[in-house]
Amino acid sequence: MGRPVVAVVVFPGSNDDRDAAWALGALGADIQFVWHEDDELPETTGAVVLPGGFSYGDYLRCGAIASVAPAMDAVRRFAGSGGPVLGICNGFQILCEARLLPGALRPNRQLEFVCRDTTVRVENADTLFTRRCETGQELLLPVKHGEGAWHADEGQLVQLAARGQIVLRYADDVNGSLGRVAGVVNEAGNVLGLMPHPEHAVDSLLGSADGGLLLAALVDAAAEHVLAAA
Amino acid sequence: MRATVLVRPKDGILDPQGDAVRGSLQKLGFDVGRIRVGRVVDIELAAGDSAFAREQVERMCSELLANPLIESVEIRLDDE
Repeated sequence: MGRPVVAVVVFPGSNDDRDAAWALGALGADIQFVWHEDDELPETTGAVVLPGGFSYGDYLRCGAIASVAPAMDAVRRFAGSGGPVLGICNGFQILCEARLLPGALRPNRQLEFVCRDTTVRVENADTLFTRRCETGQELLLPVKHGEGAWHADEGQLVQLAARGQIVLRYADDVNGSLGRVAGVVNEAGNVLGLMPHPEHAVDSLLGSADGGLLLAALVDAAAEHVLAAA
Repeated sequence: MRATVLVRPKDGILDPQGDAVRGSLQKLGFDVGRIRVGRVVDIELAAGDSAFAREQVERMCSELLANPLIESVEIRLDDE
């Protein structure tokens, strides 16, 4: 079997699509870029990445316009069939706006763009995306966002945490995120969104290789999804 | 027919933008309390029937214009 296909959706204003492609390519994926106007994914798609950036200039709300792009219809169908989907930063905002993930992302409490390395704790290592990690493991991952404060109501947070859907939390308060949440998975376990950027942390020469743990798990999941679909 | 949609951060939702505006207004010497910043969307509608127009605009709000988790909406119809 060849390299599993990971589709990277490109919206106008995406700017981490190529970094995601490079990192996933280095980890063994065959990358296919999908333009936001395409309403279908490549037939062989094993996983989807919604990359970071400022899709549609963050008009209306971050991720709102992208959430109704034709490519998102295809992503919704793919996710509905159990396909693994990873949303990074703006991709996380898009998944929340598309209601594929619970909650919403609000402007950082400090009203400042944060751009720095953060320590993120793995709260649940029993997901498609974190199975190369251990629960309690701390990952060094950079963030760069102005609207990364995840919001839900308190009751919902308790429920999500009880079901293991709060997958990543910041070690310290980075942006005012409720419960210091950095990453959330859907109930079915195949859609993950996170604000930190694993694709910028795949080489220890550049500060951290911890992001590779998440992305390599995604490549594994892509291969499994292709096998399961065959 | 025209519709105006007022979108506001829901009560209880942190609005750092409003806080920043309040800080600046206070710096300019204004005596102001809480400030919330939202957005206005003006829509020209083909619909002539106001009940139908309202139903359309409500759907626009829930599908795109506002995020019901964090925002409240107020719809005004103007059928001159």
